[in-house]
Amino acid sequence: MIALTRRYRFPAAHVLAHPDLSAEENALTYGKCANPAGHGHDYGLEITVTGEVDAETGSIVERDALDALVSERVLDRFGHRMLNEDPDFRERVPTAENIAVVIHDALAAPIAAAGARLVRVDLHETRRNRFAYGELP
Amino acid sequence: MALVRLTRAIDFSTSLRYRHPDLSEAENRRRFGRKAAQHGHNYRLEVTLRGEPDPVTGMVIDLKDLQQVLDREIMERFDHRDLNRDTAFFEKQPPTPENFVIVIHRLLADALPSGLLDRVRLQEDPDTWVELLDEAQP
Repeated sequence: MIALTRRYRFPAAHVLAHPDLSAEENALTYGKCANPAGHGHDYGLEITVTGEVDAETGSIVERDALDALVSERVLDRFGHRMLNEDPDFRERVPTAENIAVVIHDALAAPIAAAGARLVRVDLHETRRNRFAYGELP
Repeated sequence: MALVRLTRAIDFSTSLRYRHPDLSEAENRRRFGRKAAQHGHNYRLEVTLRGEPDPVTGMVIDLKDLQQVLDREIMERFDHRDLNRDTAFFEKQPPTPENFVIVIHRLLADALPSGLLDRVRLQEDPDTWVELLDEAQP
């Protein structure tokens, strides 16, 4: 199997707090990440795709097409934003786990339409935490 | 017995351009954009072998032997060379990381003791890499 990975980054703010929990309960669950004023990270994002290597282009997927797609669906949507305001995080706390899943689900169909298969999303929240989601172990 | 994976990394620097010999300069430029012009990369290659440690030496492979293979098959062929002018691998196909990692995997699979090669990871720049792994491996 051959897999191609591209790395991207986006800075975003979030608050780890569930709307149904009280401020005390959220503070208890999420600690300082529950600060209602928010905090933020420079997220690092790795997108891994597999597929056939096209004989003409020599690529699994056109690099520019993949970059454009990730920019449109993820970087422009989440970069320099407060994640909790995104519709996908109204009911779902924007933990890195959930962000990785949301990004995966936002990219799977358009990457398939571009002729490749999204097999893994790696989200680096800080230099010390990273989260992986997808079929590729 | 315990199956162990070991990875050795090497770095090399190479120039290249994406071009198909049957296409004109303008057509190559149209198909491959700015990559049709000669440019270069600092590649990092990570080679992973997997096997059972020898009961006496405790090694899957002597790293000196692995490095010798990497020097002969990769460094001498590609380091400070031009992929299009100095090698025959990219006369009919552009040296995309996908095509390049397939070439490297074949060279190493042929040169290493049979069954040891687990995967090859080729990093073209800090934001781009490809990995080729043998699906038959456990």
